[in-house]
Amino acid sequence: MPFAATHELIRQGRRGLNMIAPISDISTDMLIGAGCVTEVTGAWVGNVSGGMGHNYRRAAEHGTPHPIKINDYSNFAIGMAFFAGAYGLPYVPLKSILGSDILKSNKNIKLDTDPFSGEPVALVPALKPDVAFLVVQRADRFGNSHIWGSTGLTQEASIAANKIIVLADEIVEPEVIASDPSRVLIPGFGVDAVCHVPAACHPAPLIGKWQRDNQFFHDYHKETREPADFDRWCDEWVRDLPDHTAYRAKLGGQLEELRILGDAPSAPANYATE
Amino acid sequence: MIIAAARQIADGERIFVGMRLPITAYGVARLTHAPNAVGLFESGVARYEPADGMLYTMCDGPNQLGAAWTTGLIQIMGLLSGGRVHAGFIGGAEVDKFGNINTSYIGDIDNPKVKLPGSGGAPDIAAMAERLVIIINHQKHRLVEKVDFITSPGFLDGGDARKKAGLPGGGPAMLITDRATLQPYGPDNEFHLASIHPGHTLEEVVGNTGWDLKSMPNVTETPPPTEAEMDALHHIDKEGFWRS
Repeated sequence: MPFAATHELIRQGRRGLNMIAPISDISTDMLIGAGCVTEVTGAWVGNVSGGMGHNYRRAAEHGTPHPIKINDYSNFAIGMAFFAGAYGLPYVPLKSILGSDILKSNKNIKLDTDPFSGEPVALVPALKPDVAFLVVQRADRFGNSHIWGSTGLTQEASIAANKIIVLADEIVEPEVIASDPSRVLIPGFGVDAVCHVPAACHPAPLIGKWQRDNQFFHDYHKETREPADFDRWCDEWVRDLPDHTAYRAKLGGQLEELRILGDAPSAPANYATE
Repeated sequence: MIIAAARQIADGERIFVGMRLPITAYGVARLTHAPNAVGLFESGVARYEPADGMLYTMCDGPNQLGAAWTTGLIQIMGLLSGGRVHAGFIGGAEVDKFGNINTSYIGDIDNPKVKLPGSGGAPDIAAMAERLVIIINHQKHRLVEKVDFITSPGFLDGGDARKKAGLPGGGPAMLITDRATLQPYGPDNEFHLASIHPGHTLEEVVGNTGWDLKSMPNVTETPPPTEAEMDALHHIDKEGFWRS
């Protein structure tokens, strides 16, 4: 999760955002609380460690700080909507959300009949985000990026988006990335900006780099119960800090404890030609 | 509850595991009767051996180290959509007598009393897995006559409604609570009482169910955990998180 980008969107006072993600940790909850969001497109918004997201609930139940439009999807449905957006398909026909009231709550999805089998099918239109923020373990200065571990919808979302902003935990020489092109999930030719932001994922984990800061999720849950609490939290952790460098400095030893120091490398892959 | 869930996993099956309780059930099944089961996680992970160490989410490092496959969401959920997953586990805020599950809205959609976090991949699992196992605490406000919002479909309005809606997966096969197990029974596919866990009573189970719970012809006591199952649980759940 690109939490560093979440913080920066809040600091810049962005408004009217449509946050699109299958599952968004507490990132979307923060942006809603800060008044940045008017629309949420996704499958799950909450706190992966604490349960409910207080800001999401307040906005949906009471219109605080202002009402939000919720576009419900299942995980596979939003994934395939990105897939359609990435590869130029106007929509995808899905069976996996049949029978769900998501078909009633999300007016963008249409129930139709498969012209080949005559059976019911849900038509899910392509999603093409304006901007995709993506955290990667390492990238070169051209944005060619290596990612390892499970990748969620990183690839489909990045190809579907009009702009790609890469947040790299480490910047390496182009030769390092080129040594293993099979590990490139995002090639540099589609990337608009690459930013060197260590621990941009905090408090979420990044494989081989940072462990989850579970306590931070719990504290967020406790410290954002009321709107005034969230404002205090947001001032302390986001608005009163000039940038992510200051955020890391504020975390200090807490962040260092999460740094992964162990070594479990994969076996090298040989690309020799003769 | 965990042991009853573990028994729903057959050897060699591909299982959509999910987090928290089912992941422990998967670990117990692997160590006892299902050593060749495969666990699937919607973020893009497939595992043989359960992860070593406490997981808060399926994206955490220990769930990826030594995985069978780390890939994308579409690849893993595509196994479901392609009809290649035997069973999935789902929890929820509410389940009704036809096994429909709500994790979205309590009250009206446009003016909800409670906005729950949402579906995640649960509708996909409910629609596409060969069978679905529902795990929920047995309370009157959780086992309800009719859910406010069907996030993940069971048998919809009952009978053959599920089939008519075009859902390929077999639907809910069992509902496991902390007091009992329930199974769909009869032409309506309404959930009936199948077994009562040791230490619980029929009156208590019926009294904590929000619909008029009927019994299957031969309601039994849920077989208590075997020594092997308890050993496996102690091994998987070292911190006693699920036994407290």
